[in-house]
Amino acid sequence: MNHVTTPTPKVEEKLFQNRYLVDAGRPHIKVKAHDVPSAGLLAMVHLCPAGCYSATESGQVEVAADGCVECGTCRIVTHGTGELEWNYPRGGFGVLYKFG
Amino acid sequence: MSEQQFDVIVVGAGPSGNAAAYTMAKGGLSVLQIERGEYSGSKNVQGAILYADALEQIIPDFRDDAPLERHVIEQRMWTMDDKSHTGMHYRSDDFNEERPNRYTILRAQFDKWFSAKVREAGATLLCETTVTELVKDFHGKVIGVRTDRSGNPIMANVVILAEGVNGLVGQRSGLRDEVAPDSVALAVKEMHFLPREVIEARFNLTGNEGVVIEAMGTITKGMTGTGFLYTNEESISVGIGCIVSDFAASEVTPYGLLEAFKNHPSIKPLLVGSECKEYAAHLIPEGGYKAIPQLCGEGWIVVGDAGQFVNAVHREGSNLAMTTGRVAAETVIALTRKREPMSAANLAEYVRRLEESFVMKDLKKYKGIPALLHNNKLNFFGLYPKLISQAMQTWFRVDGVDKKSKEKEIFKAFREARTIWGMIGDAFRVVRAWR
Repeated sequence: MNHVTTPTPKVEEKLFQNRYLVDAGRPHIKVKAHDVPSAGLLAMVHLCPAGCYSATESGQVEVAADGCVECGTCRIVTHGTGELEWNYPRGGFGVLYKFG
Repeated sequence: MSEQQFDVIVVGAGPSGNAAAYTMAKGGLSVLQIERGEYSGSKNVQGAILYADALEQIIPDFRDDAPLERHVIEQRMWTMDDKSHTGMHYRSDDFNEERPNRYTILRAQFDKWFSAKVREAGATLLCETTVTELVKDFHGKVIGVRTDRSGNPIMANVVILAEGVNGLVGQRSGLRDEVAPDSVALAVKEMHFLPREVIEARFNLTGNEGVVIEAMGTITKGMTGTGFLYTNEESISVGIGCIVSDFAASEVTPYGLLEAFKNHPSIKPLLVGSECKEYAAHLIPEGGYKAIPQLCGEGWIVVGDAGQFVNAVHREGSNLAMTTGRVAAETVIALTRKREPMSAANLAEYVRRLEESFVMKDLKKYKGIPALLHNNKLNFFGLYPKLISQAMQTWFRVDGVDKKSKEKEIFKAFREARTIWGMIGDAFRVVRAWR
């Protein structure tokens, strides 16, 4: 059997299959400076399907949106908190689905 | 670039936007369609099943050249616990008909095909362009859009917003509220490739016949959601989705949930030997009838996912998208021919026509279902699937215990887990929400 799976999947391995056109130096999602993240923003560390969010040692939440699949989950769970600056990537940039 | 004037601008080139743009271009209107992706479909994700009827009403001979994968002859509905599934399967040779009713499709390819039809019909398509805002006149009527291409607005008599579940343009223009985390699902999906002979042997298929599996149970770890597995020509789409607020309250990762689903003993053998070539995630509006926003106003109409047009119970969305796109287009064509203004009062004909169609009738019928499932998720997605599996095992395992005792054991397990009144209450609530 050549089908190997791991109990704790690495999302990076999944994203590696995808095609992206990264708009270098112009991230489409930014987290505003904060001391304590909202529950919604903190949840993104496990909730983001592309694993773009991580928590720092001092408890803040960061985003690295290069692998973003543009689902919009982070936008919805942080709505009203003003913690995210969220836009679609510029036209033509971002994820490019081959199969969708 | 000087100001350009079109009869209509369509924002987005998914099923609803393509249905609207195609219908209006065929109807002789000047149509500009704006899409942020490199091509129609490059940003779009679906399971995906195409329901022929909705497309047939727009392009009757679509079967001649549309990229269709397999026509669905068998539907498997599974309730699962950690080691088993209890299935209700329906397979019929009647689905091997001249004009099949349902097909599996790959959205990136299907949307590209639909988009070519839209351009053949005479619409102008502008890709790699994101609409940034609506342009309004002094009375608040929508008269055009701005994009990230140029500072000059592009003008039209009416704007059709087919911008998908995130719907940034409409939200930022104050046309509708943000989608609530408890009325939208996050689904993740992988594309697994296998030789077509392997798929046909594994799923008992001949030629272009296809199977779809819809699953619920402990696979979503107590969250409101479902899993699916669809056979395409040379690939299998496998995915799982749950309500966003449930995901947020858990510690489960979407990709971890998908990995566990793929490794379930009932799913794993179906995927053995396959090569994964894409991982996708998308939001699905699942709030139903009660979550539908305002659908039209002065100079604008909203169609498809942006209008929450998804029947989550029946896993239908693209057909509602295409139908709302078509009906919006027909409304605009009729007003244009009569030289009537694109006012809120005139465009309300769109909503009246939807009320008479399956779209609103179905969403109304199930208006209580989203809240019912969400409020009782531990029972419907955890307890009952476990009890059903236990009952099946007790019933089918031959071990010297007499059948009367087995019946008693099964009944006792349900009674202890949920109580008689609990079960009667659940049954009552389901019937009330369903009818």
